Amino acid sequence: MEFATVIQILDSTVRLSTPLLLAALAGLYSERSGVFDIGLEGKMLAGAFAAGAAASVWGSPWAGLVAAIGASMALALVHAFASITVRGNQIVSGVAINFVAAGLTALLGQSWFGQGGRTPSLPTEARFTPIELPGAAAVKDVPFLGPIYEGLISGHNLFVYFAFAMVPLTWWVVFRTRFGLRLRAVGENPAAVDTAGIGVQSLRYRAVLICGMLCGVAGAYLSTAFNAQFVQNMTAGKGFIALAALIFAKWKPLNVMWACLLFGFLDAAGIRLQGVSLPAIGQVPVQLVQALPYILTVILLAGFIGKAVPPRAGGVPYTKER
Amino acid sequence: MENGETELPGDGALAIELKGISKAFGPVQANKDIRLAVKRGTIHGIIGENGAGKSTLMSILYGFYQADSGDIYINGKKTRIADSDAAIAAGIGMVHQHFMLVQNFTVLENVILGAENGAILNSAIGKARTELKRLEDAYDMHVDPDAIIEELPVGLQQRVEILKALYRGAEILILDEPTGVLTPAEADHLFRILQQLKEQGKTVILITHKLREIMAITDEVSVMRRGEIVATRQTAATNVEELAELMVGRHVLLRVDKGQSHPGEVKLSVRNLTIRDSRGVTVVDDVSFDVRAGEIVGIAGVAGNGQSQLLEAISGIRKARSGQVILDGEPIGVTGECDPGMLRERGLAHVPEDRHHMGLVLPFEENENSILGYHDKSKFLNGPMLNIDAIRQDAKAKIEQYDIRPPDCRLKTANFSGGNQQKIVLAREMEVDPVVLLIGQPTRGVDVGAIEFIHKRIIEMRDQGKAILLVSVELDEVRALADRVLVMFAGKVAGEVAPDTPEGEIGLLMAGITQDGAGRKGKAA
Repeated sequence: MEFATVIQILDSTVRLSTPLLLAALAGLYSERSGVFDIGLEGKMLAGAFAAGAAASVWGSPWAGLVAAIGASMALALVHAFASITVRGNQIVSGVAINFVAAGLTALLGQSWFGQGGRTPSLPTEARFTPIELPGAAAVKDVPFLGPIYEGLISGHNLFVYFAFAMVPLTWWVVFRTRFGLRLRAVGENPAAVDTAGIGVQSLRYRAVLICGMLCGVAGAYLSTAFNAQFVQNMTAGKGFIALAALIFAKWKPLNVMWACLLFGFLDAAGIRLQGVSLPAIGQVPVQLVQALPYILTVILLAGFIGKAVPPRAGGVPYTKER
Repeated sequence: MENGETELPGDGALAIELKGISKAFGPVQANKDIRLAVKRGTIHGIIGENGAGKSTLMSILYGFYQADSGDIYINGKKTRIADSDAAIAAGIGMVHQHFMLVQNFTVLENVILGAENGAILNSAIGKARTELKRLEDAYDMHVDPDAIIEELPVGLQQRVEILKALYRGAEILILDEPTGVLTPAEADHLFRILQQLKEQGKTVILITHKLREIMAITDEVSVMRRGEIVATRQTAATNVEELAELMVGRHVLLRVDKGQSHPGEVKLSVRNLTIRDSRGVTVVDDVSFDVRAGEIVGIAGVAGNGQSQLLEAISGIRKARSGQVILDGEPIGVTGECDPGMLRERGLAHVPEDRHHMGLVLPFEENENSILGYHDKSKFLNGPMLNIDAIRQDAKAKIEQYDIRPPDCRLKTANFSGGNQQKIVLAREMEVDPVVLLIGQPTRGVDVGAIEFIHKRIIEMRDQGKAILLVSVELDEVRALADRVLVMFAGKVAGEVAPDTPEGEIGLLMAGITQDGAGRKGKAA
């Protein structure tokens, strides 16, 4: 395989990993606090729709981003209310959010824009466009390193850089700040947090809202950066794959990045392999290639990753008990 | 001093005064018009049966619950304690019965949680380390600040809880049933620490249901019964018998009356049993012993030394790695093909250690639980259907015989008290006329009145010629009931002793110190 092809595959790996990474980090905050979130998918979808709609109406990608974060955080608030305040079942709440988001985005899309649930195609000025890093053009012809810098590192949109910057930032927040210490503690033993004089509910609310914010960013990426419009069900299970990556990564930020890159790579390789005929196998069926990330998810989650110990209080609403 | 009263330590001022505290959970009045005065610089015991309202009262004091009515005075000043934060600010620290520690955090992280001193940890953690070291030296309570909690023995975990409270500047320390998880030696060390805290002017409130501890360490004691404080005494002016009577409200027999045992032939024989847990750690290591008809063999030991797994293997719940168990002359496939149902058919009854997780289905009605596991016996069946009438008749008979209260076989099992739940399990397992009876923790979380009854029943079973294997972490109980005592430590039988062996000697075996002077493994002092 040619070097240029490798760079191309890796480049699209990065772009395909970005929404996974944002959603998985979102899930990390929520689940570390003890609130399981199966609704990453729905929040991302709502964010994508809100971004597509707002960006096309106001013609600004930033309006889209704000709308996406707002929509996703609103759903996060619903999840927080259901699972923290009224102590409902977190899985049921998450599933409900996924359904609501899938239905509502299609319905509103059709009634507002009349394009079969899509939002209008965005002009360039209403999108987040690639950023040329300084010196990219100059080093382009330097052997080996040139193409890596120009083709792989430079030329992504803002979200990609933001997502990867969130990895060390999340690590620092979770493991080096007071908020992180309390976040980890409340996901392990909320009673210990409560008896230490810290409010369990407000801590979990904050975690779930951060989750909502990052899901919104992931959604905005899909409709205003990666694509140029919202299409029905455009998340296509990315929220669930992000959840799988989070579990695969055992709720650790750096591992989350690698897991998301792996899923992104499979996706990128899959696209590349379409129609290619391999020795001894022949033409690779498109469907098989497209199914690869999902097959890997099943295999990984079926226990090939060793025991993933979730936060001990995860999924359990906190009640004061004797 | 008149009335035999002695001088109490401290300046006589009140650290805590509760006036008319009441608290109800639905129809249950957990605390009723509580009046309590705790003098500064003393150790004040609060004793009462399970469910007497001790923990509720302390939870109110620590801001975990809100009282329905009544006032709290701290150091003479009326204080409203809305949450734990307010309690901490008022100088109250609490060591809970179930430790409030984050298991996968380090000691230091646990200590600073909630008292971090700044949003970024790095700067705060250095200061915390110094302060923790100072506290450790001041109270002779050493523990590695970087150790992970779940890797520490429970005795040290408890020490972390105390350090946590002191780190927050607690002047009043509440300990809820602190010795339940400790060896006698660890308990003694805890008492020395409490004594030292008292000498430094701190006030200690000790909640327990163990009379001996009250006598050993407290200056004053308040007795709770059914949500009320029925008496407060100076410890020096009271005795165990009086306190027991105050707790239960009637005269109780603290000693178990039992005659000589008449052991017959071997009914249960355990040979070289080795068990590994799911992580591959050997938890029971080459254990052998016999239990004869008409005798009680007691297994003593600190919780977590393999007793639970041993019981589970013999009862067919857990697969053993190697070894043999012979029940009534025939081996059971303890390494493979036996299951609890099959063993039950062959005359093995089992009262599991944890009645909530193994012994009962709490949302079920009492009568359903009273036949659980025996529900496929023909007398409870009507073709393929359950014979509800027969089941309820049977349940009613057991309720009468075992004095289960309230006597209502349709009541949800969760609504019975701990002692009555335990009686439901005991009635079920004892009334099938077993050959061998395995009993784990017969009186854990059971009140004094019920303990007396349960102990009597166990002795009766022995005198009927049953072979009984008794596992309990309460050393007193093992010594009172058993005819022979095996002490388990780190998965092995550390020794066999007679039940009248002095407690100190058994305590040494429980800590893994055998005659040849081999010390205890692990980090406990």
